[in-house]
Amino acid sequence: MLEPINVSLASLNLVTLAPMLIAIAGGLIILIIDLIKGDLHKSLYVMMTILILFIDFGSVMGLNVNERGFFDVMLIDGIAIISQLLILAASMLFIPLALTSKRFHEYSYPEFFALFLFMIAGFQFMVASDNLILIFVGLETASLSLYTLIALHNRSNSYEAAVKYFTMGALAAGFYTMGSAIVYALTGSVELYQVADVLQNRIGDPAVMGTILGGSILLLAAFAFKLSLFPFHTWTPDVYEGASAPLAGYMSIVPKIAAFVVAMRIFGMYISLDVEWVRIMIMALAVLTMTLANMMALVQQDVKRMLAYSSISHAGFVMAALALDTTKGNTGVFLYYGLFMFTNLGAFAMLWISRHKNRVFHERYDHPYEKFAGLVKIMPMGAVVMALFMLSLAGVPPFSVFWGKIYILSAAVDAGYMWLAIVMALNSAVAAYYYLKLIIYMFLMSPEQNNNTVYYNTSKPLMTMIGVAVAATVGSVFFMQPLISYIYYMVSASGY
Amino acid sequence: MDNILSVLIFFPAVAGLLGFVVDKSSARVYGISVATVELLLAVWLWMSFDGTNAGMQFIELIPLVPDFGINYYVGVDGISLFIVIMAALMTLLGMIAMNIEKDIKNMIISLLFLEMTMIGVFVALDAIVFYVFWELSLVPMLYIIGAWGGPLRIYASIKFFLYTFTGSLIMLVGMLFMAYLYHSVSGVWSFSITDWYALVLPFNYQIWLFLAFFAGFAIKVPMFPFHTWLPYAHGQAPTIGSVILAAVLLKMGTYGFVRFSLPMFPDASVAMIMPIAVISIIMIIYTAMVAYAQEDMKQVIAYSSVSHMGVIVLGTFAMNAEGISGSIFLMLSHGIVSGALFMLVGVIYDRRHTKLMSEFGGLASVMPKYALIFGIMLMASVGLPLTIGFVGEFLVLLGFYQVSPVATVLAGTTIIIGAIYMLALYKKSFFGPVTNEKNADLKDLDSKELTALVPLVAIVIWLGVYPKPVLEPIDTSVKALISFMHEKAQTPEAKARITLSKTTKEAE
Repeated sequence: MLEPINVSLASLNLVTLAPMLIAIAGGLIILIIDLIKGDLHKSLYVMMTILILFIDFGSVMGLNVNERGFFDVMLIDGIAIISQLLILAASMLFIPLALTSKRFHEYSYPEFFALFLFMIAGFQFMVASDNLILIFVGLETASLSLYTLIALHNRSNSYEAAVKYFTMGALAAGFYTMGSAIVYALTGSVELYQVADVLQNRIGDPAVMGTILGGSILLLAAFAFKLSLFPFHTWTPDVYEGASAPLAGYMSIVPKIAAFVVAMRIFGMYISLDVEWVRIMIMALAVLTMTLANMMALVQQDVKRMLAYSSISHAGFVMAALALDTTKGNTGVFLYYGLFMFTNLGAFAMLWISRHKNRVFHERYDHPYEKFAGLVKIMPMGAVVMALFMLSLAGVPPFSVFWGKIYILSAAVDAGYMWLAIVMALNSAVAAYYYLKLIIYMFLMSPEQNNNTVYYNTSKPLMTMIGVAVAATVGSVFFMQPLISYIYYMVSASGY
Repeated sequence: MDNILSVLIFFPAVAGLLGFVVDKSSARVYGISVATVELLLAVWLWMSFDGTNAGMQFIELIPLVPDFGINYYVGVDGISLFIVIMAALMTLLGMIAMNIEKDIKNMIISLLFLEMTMIGVFVALDAIVFYVFWELSLVPMLYIIGAWGGPLRIYASIKFFLYTFTGSLIMLVGMLFMAYLYHSVSGVWSFSITDWYALVLPFNYQIWLFLAFFAGFAIKVPMFPFHTWLPYAHGQAPTIGSVILAAVLLKMGTYGFVRFSLPMFPDASVAMIMPIAVISIIMIIYTAMVAYAQEDMKQVIAYSSVSHMGVIVLGTFAMNAEGISGSIFLMLSHGIVSGALFMLVGVIYDRRHTKLMSEFGGLASVMPKYALIFGIMLMASVGLPLTIGFVGEFLVLLGFYQVSPVATVLAGTTIIIGAIYMLALYKKSFFGPVTNEKNADLKDLDSKELTALVPLVAIVIWLGVYPKPVLEPIDTSVKALISFMHEKAQTPEAKARITLSKTTKEAE
């Protein structure tokens, strides 16, 4: 007779699951409300979602650092906590953008909000685990929800975007499973901390070198898709273009934060095992990504596509920090996204304000540069705000992204990678051109025909969210100190 | 008032923000009033400044990001004091002389923000604060050139922005490396310039850091071969833009050499004397010749500006009290003279909407007051004794003579070639009969223009005859700077080259 398995509830440490469960329960509640009474206004669901995210945020704040739970599958360390906080904060900034003055298809469905919450739960699972299988489950939960959210925008190019993203995502999932399978075959475990132990002993063995290489390349390819690194970035501009503007902004932040955390866990392990070519590969990818994306962004005619390429380039910038694998570099990753979040979401929200049902200005693009010509004459505050976001993205001090930039540059300098710092600096200079181009259009050109419809889609809640983004962008210098010290503490507490 | 520097920095910024509320019709008076108050504050700073104290005064230190060593840290010494006053003065006079009707409110607000950044750069004692103001100054200038400029204004403004931005990003990497070195020596993060002064670096680090900072400063000055953005910027900018650009913004680069490069990297600076002297002499002679070939009055002054900046850089690297004090004095005199010349060209452009010399001739008989003031400024620009231009130029050449007589002789041609192109300009435009009918009944300077120009004439003559009140505080700080560099220098060449002044030696 086998001993009956006895698991005490306390040893499961269920509180580590609480944040995800809150999001999932919230999604279910929204579905139930819809069952009981249909045709409620979207504002109800928006506010419900914010409240659920608020509780979720509170429960994450209450977690203790460095705990494991649920058969040791869950890992709540410092980076799991900050990344969840960032994800939730970005989501709370994003969701009020649904409250536009014009009616858009997707927000009239409560399913949108339920799916949104499921997606957040997926991302939370992804960052709060070092089990390759749970990471995969979280990744797929989140991705499948996200594909649907994109398609809900109900335009032909939204379907195209969703299908494109789905196909690419499926390929990436394939790479990821293959890579994990190799890691499992090599080490007999899918828990990263055990994998690290086993690899530590076998690392000198030339027979397994090829296998380690193969496994890490497959995993890197999978994350290169998710992080839109060169040469796996080609889906990004099309998908961003097809998705609604706020969702595109959201996609440039939240899925990337989640993927960066996992990348930090996996590739950080390889780098700290002295598998030097993983670092070299990541750096090469990072440099290629930021340089080529910058080149592509220079020639775009559509502001949204320009912002898509710019967010690829920013991802490359952050990836370089990740390759350093120093505490400062990893702190820089979160700091950068914490600051980039406000600015980039704000910029996409400005596009959202100027969104029309039909393409008024260009047969192919929603937001060609010409649309913003002379915006300062039509909508002075709007032009100033957009210019602030552009300057911040370009890294002009003292706006928010500048602080992220110098922190990462400084991390590169500290780690002895002067050449990398200079490459990153020159890339920022190239990037300045395409951000300036929009400013030039807005301030120095004269408006085109009947432009008084540019701020077509505006509403009070949108203005409020943009106000928050502006405040965070301009006033960043005043909260840098607490932000840096909190993130640094959390990252170093989890040993990265 | 110990925090007068913060007031000086943020008063124009706050006024700029409030300016959004002021009605368009009153914007100009609002701007002039604010700039007057700012100038009075700057003069108050001068009055309460202790000229015998060589160190930093009116220091303020507020931690911003202590974990990363970034503080709001400002102070002023003899080197920066007068540049601050000049920035306030030129902003005010530029506003008074300004003849722009279109979007006047936007212009006033941009100028006020620009004034904040200009003063911020010169009083910042923390590298990051310095960098913040340095970069921010690009934005209002971009707008001023781009919105009120000539036909190529957008190209010129982008070129201006991208050039400077690229150089300063390299400088930023240098700053971060400097902070890293400071951290590895002392265990504390700090971006404060005075902390960095204490850092003695090995020679090979100094060279690389010197080059990184050089990238930022040289593009701003602008030094040959990075000068190509300047003629475009000047050519397209409105008068007020050129005045501020030539008088103050270019000085940021040369000021950067004095504030950062010399005291932080004395050995590298000495090693770089010759390469920099060569570049400077090319700048001086080549751009002076280019100036002679111009047909547009404004381009003549733009190129002569580059040429004079070469003399300033040369003086900075003379490594003795005469050279450095002379170059700082020349920064002031060049600011005043070239600012005035750009205003004068603006005057004629407002009347005729052309700046081509071939369009003019015989202006002296039509506009006598204008011709007189133009003549005085032209003489000051050439460096005639008893004008402000002479003092600085003479000191610089005297200082550099101790380094290399040959280079000094070559640099001295600036006075000759300068006289040639300036007198040629004057002859073509002012003398002779009035050949072009359109010039026959041009109005002479009106009261507004006279208000802006007469104070400048007074300063040109006053400081030309009696430069002591300005030169003395500068000299005090420069001597302290030199003895500090002398003490810090490690290589024997540097020790020998950095020459202490007699008074410092006697004090020892």
